[in-house]
Amino acid sequence: MRDKFIEIQKAKLLHGQIGRRQFVMSVLAAGVALPAALGFADKANAAMPKSGGLFRMGIAHGSTTDTLDSGTSENHFTLINGYTFGNHLTEVGSDGQLTGELAESYESADAQKWVFNLRQGVEFHNGKTMTSEDVVASFNHHMGEDSTSAAKGLLTAVTSVEADGKNRVIFNLASPNADFPFIVSDYHISIRPAGDMTSGVGTGGYVLQSFEPGVKSVLKRNPNYWKEGKAHFDEVELLSIIDPTARQTALMNGDIDSMDRVDLKTINLFKRNPNINIMEATGTAHYTFPMRLSVAPFDNYDLRMALKHSIKRQELVDKVLLGYGAVGNDHPISTANAFHNSDMPQREFDADKAAFHYKKSGHSGAIPLSASDAAFSGAVDAAQLIANSASEAGIEIEVIREPRDGYWSNVWNNDAKGWCACYWGGRPTEDWMFSAAYTNDTKWNDTAWVGTDSSKKFNALVIEARAELDTTKRRELYYECQNLVSDDGGSIIPLFNSYVSANSKAIAHNEIAANWDSDGAKCVERWWFA
Amino acid sequence: MSNKPNTYSAVAEVAYKRVRRSRLQRVKLGLSKAPPTAWFGMIVIFLYIFCALFAPLLAPYGEAEIFPEPFAPWSSEFIFGTDQIGRDILSRMIYGARNTVSIAVATTALAFLIGGSLGLAAAINMSWLDQFLSRLVDVLMAIPSLIFALVLLSIFGSTVTNLILIIAVLDSTRVFRLTRAVSLNVVVMDYVEAARLRGEGLGWIMRREILPNILPPLIAEFGLRFCFVFLTIAALSFLGVGIQPPTADWGSMVRENASLIMFAQYDLKAGLTPLLPAAAIALLTVAVNFVVDWFLHKTSGLRDEQ
Amino acid sequence: MHPVIKTVLGRLAMGVLTLFAVSLIIFSSMELLPGDFGQAILGQAALPETVAAFRRELGLDQPAIVRYWQWVTAVLQGDLGTSFSGRNASGVDRSREVVDLVLPRLRNTLFLASIAALIAVPLSLLLGVTTALYRNTFYDRSVNMATLTTISFPEFFVAYLLILFFASLYPIFPSLANVDSDTLFGERLYRAALPALTLTLVIVAHMMRMTRAAIINLLASPYIQMARLSGASSAEVILKHALPNAWAPIATVIAFNLAYLVVGVVVVEVVFVYPGIGQLMVDAVAMRDIPVVQGCALIFAVTYILLNLLADIIGIITNPRLLHPR
Repeated sequence: MRDKFIEIQKAKLLHGQIGRRQFVMSVLAAGVALPAALGFADKANAAMPKSGGLFRMGIAHGSTTDTLDSGTSENHFTLINGYTFGNHLTEVGSDGQLTGELAESYESADAQKWVFNLRQGVEFHNGKTMTSEDVVASFNHHMGEDSTSAAKGLLTAVTSVEADGKNRVIFNLASPNADFPFIVSDYHISIRPAGDMTSGVGTGGYVLQSFEPGVKSVLKRNPNYWKEGKAHFDEVELLSIIDPTARQTALMNGDIDSMDRVDLKTINLFKRNPNINIMEATGTAHYTFPMRLSVAPFDNYDLRMALKHSIKRQELVDKVLLGYGAVGNDHPISTANAFHNSDMPQREFDADKAAFHYKKSGHSGAIPLSASDAAFSGAVDAAQLIANSASEAGIEIEVIREPRDGYWSNVWNNDAKGWCACYWGGRPTEDWMFSAAYTNDTKWNDTAWVGTDSSKKFNALVIEARAELDTTKRRELYYECQNLVSDDGGSIIPLFNSYVSANSKAIAHNEIAANWDSDGAKCVERWWFA
Repeated sequence: MSNKPNTYSAVAEVAYKRVRRSRLQRVKLGLSKAPPTAWFGMIVIFLYIFCALFAPLLAPYGEAEIFPEPFAPWSSEFIFGTDQIGRDILSRMIYGARNTVSIAVATTALAFLIGGSLGLAAAINMSWLDQFLSRLVDVLMAIPSLIFALVLLSIFGSTVTNLILIIAVLDSTRVFRLTRAVSLNVVVMDYVEAARLRGEGLGWIMRREILPNILPPLIAEFGLRFCFVFLTIAALSFLGVGIQPPTADWGSMVRENASLIMFAQYDLKAGLTPLLPAAAIALLTVAVNFVVDWFLHKTSGLRDEQ
Repeated sequence: MHPVIKTVLGRLAMGVLTLFAVSLIIFSSMELLPGDFGQAILGQAALPETVAAFRRELGLDQPAIVRYWQWVTAVLQGDLGTSFSGRNASGVDRSREVVDLVLPRLRNTLFLASIAALIAVPLSLLLGVTTALYRNTFYDRSVNMATLTTISFPEFFVAYLLILFFASLYPIFPSLANVDSDTLFGERLYRAALPALTLTLVIVAHMMRMTRAAIINLLASPYIQMARLSGASSAEVILKHALPNAWAPIATVIAFNLAYLVVGVVVVEVVFVYPGIGQLMVDAVAMRDIPVVQGCALIFAVTYILLNLLADIIGIITNPRLLHPR
């Protein structure tokens, strides 16, 4: 009798008829102990995905030039789409931990030679069984002189990829890297059948039915998906809906079941709609304002310091992110990373310090700050807020709205513009983040922070930490790295933005991942209809 | 047979007829006959000009002044609330009058200057110059103007000057076509020929003989062109280029707040916020065109039984 | 030669030259735009090596003049080329033909444009004629005020208002107009309702005002006074005497607005997620996908030239003096 009651309550909870709190109270009333009741609730919510249904999602990106080649996947549409039909060697789980995906296990003795043991009996959608040959071909797609892949920069340290039998792949690196298994989880490096990198055949939970670039992608559940307990929807329709108002209206009207990138400007009104859930995930993504040390006046330490002190970070969080985010401390390591330096005092707006450093720098006149909403949504507003707070410290900043078009090639990382707005998706590991944008060997070093004493010290520390396997020592090294970037580096990092998306109440899911928007961009594989 | 005294004097009659009203008198007379719609239009235009000229005195706060609370509700402190970064919307509306109207006037005037004079020249010349300009305009008009403006702004950078120049040049193609078409009918008239034979210069003929006769359709076009400039700016800002911040302009203000309209059912006042700049544009458009209508009616020579 | 045929032939010859000039202008603007396809597609992740690999793959390392010449010779043989996207040096070439990219979208655009035109043209003619007939009445002023108001709202705003009223508050029509090639005609019509209505509101004012102005302009002519004095009613005067002579300017304005329906609706396409050709061209410009940009530009130019030609023909046919020259 009691068990039946609990079952009924569980069903109600699953269908959203009662809240979690109400569920727990009712089960408690039925004489179940509190921890058990809580456990029931979590299990009921988490462990009973149902399969079926057509999942329609509106995505804020998508262009008519999109392709199925994971190497040039550069927007959120191709990212989500790629994860539906493709798998990778490893994957970042909902908890931020790395697990094997197509690789069953991986090991290395010296962090320089990595061995990946492949899962056996996995089939591509075309019926071919996946072997080491396919993995090698998939990696070669991103390497080599003629490669046009965006992942090329990630794999520069790989000197060779070799098949060792059918089910084992060996990577040799130029220098030790303890985080290499993280790198192969990168969304560009999808494992595809050898000789067919671009047709959309993969090993994933869904089989591509049709793909119209910039419009939509239609998928069907893969009946022989190897992964247990994933990919619950029967059919999936991914729609590119670029205009935020159109996207939100479509969700409110029930034309779609889920959407990414909620327009924060209207989120407080949007929340009032009774049929939707807002989801927030705080991850590693952050907004930056890189100053290039190769361009005057940003080569001056005091001027950089003056600007770093003339920013009202909390105001930016409140106004640009409407509270959906956290303040940054001028380094790119988030609290979601393992070695976030929590000892460092938070840098605050300080008009006196800013004025002091500004005077010491000897600079005069307006400092141009280039911004465009291509960098991140609200960048132009953020730049105006910075100009406003800096003026309180007597520093004049001239905000220039750059065209959206060609922003990444003409404005960002370009000596023509000394200071601009920028966005980083963040990386799951410290080493990956630092070597993506802060070390002297990366082309994406958007602050041109290479010559100073601190940067030399920083580069040495990063290399040391990369080969270090002892966690305590690694922590010390990374703490120091964060100090150096925050103090001498050229980047102002005032904000860590949360990923904010919205679902219809009919959608159920476990705890969501924070490495990308929409549950690590794997919502299609992980979610279900309650 | 009547015995009426012969008081008729031809001289007196001619003399009477020759008393011309002064310019001021004619304006007064015209105004007194203006229909209420024209009056409404003129008052609105006057108010806009007043706002534009005295914006700093009228606006309660500065154009770029930022307050702590974003999206503040309508209150006595902020009559129409604040925008996404905490600037007073009323103040930005008032400054917007200055920026938007001056940009629109400058753009439209430039477009009519370029298009009008070239169109007139082409109509008078009627040979190689006409051919060259007409073909050039055909080519420019065959390119989608919004996308072309987008490309040009990306190439040259979106400063206000570039914005005005680019929109003016693209708009002037339409003005050219119109001017040329209507002038062609006028240049063949006898009085133009007479002036030419009389030895008047080309400039004089253009100014005194042709222009007054082609003015009505041009003015009609002006009324619409003028408001299309706002729309072009709004559309460009929808596509990511437009006026530099923190300059307030109505087109971009509509764009920035447009998404709020969807939530009118939850919060009516917030939902109405984007309507304010849109209504400001609409009111001005209606006003300008009412005045234009009145002018057209006056010059059409149509004597309606009123 | 018959004047109509003469005009058609002359204009078509001119049209070919115009097309050539348009393609040259578009090509040079694309060259002037900073950045290339590789940089645009890779965005933040672009490396000099990968960008160079893209340039080799796409032939962008050749001088611009050579590439333009190759493009022109191919087009003269009827080949618009393939999109830059999906060509892959290390694998199979999966790039799509420009024609295949453009045609389905052109069909969508023409479908939307025809619906909008079918509503807007008769409506604006009706409003134009009636406002001219009842000029300076309350009716005239309210129609003018209403159309001027809709014309002064930016397109996306009109679209939002329509969505608010007809998709959110009173859900009659869908807010997403995402049609594809399998969508049936009825469904297509239903989905395209709100975008078509938006476009109608946007263009009616211009056409209606020009119709009204063209008719009123004629009302002062002596022959109209004559007709009036002979006792014709106002409606008769306008329909029988003024309208036939006003066709030429009205046709020009309508042609201009129809061209706009095909060319200028990118904003409406974005808001309603309608897969039309404007969005294709904007995407292609942003990504520097030159063959697609050129293809779209040619189609737009052809549309414009043909519509103008049509307007001129109407002008000639409705004018006996031009139709039967002495």
